[in-house]
Amino acid sequence: MDVVLDFERPVVQLRTRIAQLRDIEKANGVDLSASIEQLEHQSRKLEQRIFSRLSPWQRTLLSRHASRPYTLDYIDALFTEWVELHGDRAGYDDQALVCGMARFNDRPVVVIGHQKGRNTKENIRRNFGMARPDGYRKALRIMEMAERFGLPIFTFIDTPGAYPGIDAEERGQAEAIAKNILEMARLTVPVIATVIGEGGSGGALAIGVANRVLMLENSVYSVISPEGCAAILWRDRAEGPRAAEALRITAADCFDLGVVDEVIPEPYGGAHRHVDEIATSVGQILEKHLAELEALEPEALRQDRYARFRVMGKLVGAEA
Amino acid sequence: MSNEGRRWFEQRKEFSPRPREGTPIPDTPDLWTKCPGCAETLYIEALQANLQVCTACGHHFKIGVMERLAALLDDGEVEFHDEDLGPVDALKFVDSKPYAARIKASQKKVGRRDAFVAVSGSIEGVDVEVGCFDFRFMGGSMGSVVGEAITNVYERANERKRPAIIISSSGGARMQEGVLSLMQMAKTCAALSRLQDEAGMPYISVLTHPTTGGVAASFAMLGDLILAEPGALIGFAGPRVIEQTIGQSLPEGFQTSEYLLEHGMVDRIVSRTDMRSMIGTTLRMLLKLPSGEVAPDAPPVLEVKEGGKSR
Ligand SMILES: [Zn+2]
Repeated sequence: MDVVLDFERPVVQLRTRIAQLRDIEKANGVDLSASIEQLEHQSRKLEQRIFSRLSPWQRTLLSRHASRPYTLDYIDALFTEWVELHGDRAGYDDQALVCGMARFNDRPVVVIGHQKGRNTKENIRRNFGMARPDGYRKALRIMEMAERFGLPIFTFIDTPGAYPGIDAEERGQAEAIAKNILEMARLTVPVIATVIGEGGSGGALAIGVANRVLMLENSVYSVISPEGCAAILWRDRAEGPRAAEALRITAADCFDLGVVDEVIPEPYGGAHRHVDEIATSVGQILEKHLAELEALEPEALRQDRYARFRVMGKLVGAEA
Repeated sequence: MSNEGRRWFEQRKEFSPRPREGTPIPDTPDLWTKCPGCAETLYIEALQANLQVCTACGHHFKIGVMERLAALLDDGEVEFHDEDLGPVDALKFVDSKPYAARIKASQKKVGRRDAFVAVSGSIEGVDVEVGCFDFRFMGGSMGSVVGEAITNVYERANERKRPAIIISSSGGARMQEGVLSLMQMAKTCAALSRLQDEAGMPYISVLTHPTTGGVAASFAMLGDLILAEPGALIGFAGPRVIEQTIGQSLPEGFQTSEYLLEHGMVDRIVSRTDMRSMIGTTLRMLLKLPSGEVAPDAPPVLEVKEGGKSR
């Protein structure tokens, strides 16, 4: 199922036209290479024009794109010997958050990430990537295991937010998120978080207290969803685009605000149209950061994380 | 005017003194209020004298920050912190009103620079670092200033080897500071982890109405002890958000203190009128101090260090 966003449509239409011409070429043995080349040039130009000035709202839509690479896609592309590990040891195995161990460029590591589904059936199972407390507790259990065995932790953030439901509240959604944030601050292994799609508030931060926080160019990281913000401030969820602007949720904004250490560029067209390419560059950037962090002693890693978050925020009157 | 002989809280402009016992009760209607808990008509001054807790049914009304701190802390020396910290409109955030204007309006209304008051004092003789939200300031929302002040409470407690107490009432992270307010959750919790690991001092979280969102999902739910006032709304997601998500209305009493107690999320429900003695009693045990109020080394000094520096 190929979902096409409105602003992608002109490019997709050109591509469809090119494919049609190729089919005609093949079927009829005629040479249409001149037309095809012209259309390809046109489509590249158009794509560049559209994708070089995306609005925050358009990036929000891209971050949620149904074809966007998800956690398991990156695991598949960048890791070997993936072994998924299940359960919080307290009655639940939340499918909205996947955890496991694998090798990254030969080193054993732990991987944790939100997982969305690509269709309704999958999304029921994955709860649209919205984890319950059980998911965060599973993630914590696996992070504590990584800590015991000295394994680096990679997290992939891609969630609209922690699940706001009765059962989630009943089992302590707030406490589960809080506990993860606290315990992640204590870890003495390298932790690298990458926002690959939606960085939805506390549900994102619950696996986001890392030494390095990276963000794909068309992903977003926010304290509240644009629609949720709009519902409160303008009493209208349709004002999402305005809120997306006001909240400064893009990767570039988060970098400027000091929340993110590196923005991973996406090719024109977005990660979903260039899956192999984006996976390769994510892999290279993860390797670079991991290599840097591996040089630090365990206690230094904890200090590094503390120092990173200690300076977050903007205020006046603070003592030097 | 001389401050001599007045207790620390009596010197704060915003403090309304509790009326003396035996004050005659006048018959003026605006001096009475109806309790939403039991519909009893209550004399406002009597309500004040009972820390805004209904004498008939125990319903907890809102209470001012100074009144709360005055009821919690000993009358001796008290040091205020971080009163000079002020918010910044880092996002140039504009909704129906620019954030900068909201800040100004709240500062004028509430008489402080942001939604948090930090103080060093003692409770039943035990020295403590205390922080209290002011819900009147933009719904007690946590932006960079609140996050910094809370972080400083933990760091001070760590340095001075004292217990920390945070009294929460907050709608959560402050939207107008965007992702920077989200990061305050990590900043505060990291400082709390140090208090636990380095000083090994207790942290008591007091939950009052309401404690939700990013405040609930960080330090508020991480107390060694979590004490909730009766009838407070406590939870991660707001009731309206949950209703919209699940498309049905919520059960009666959902996300109240009592509901959380039933589901194992808080240690106890404690009436505001018992909070001081509960904190004193439990802190003495956690600190292995003898029972009974800790006698101060010296008679209380009526000296206030307002706007004191945090370090
Ligand atoms: Zn009553």
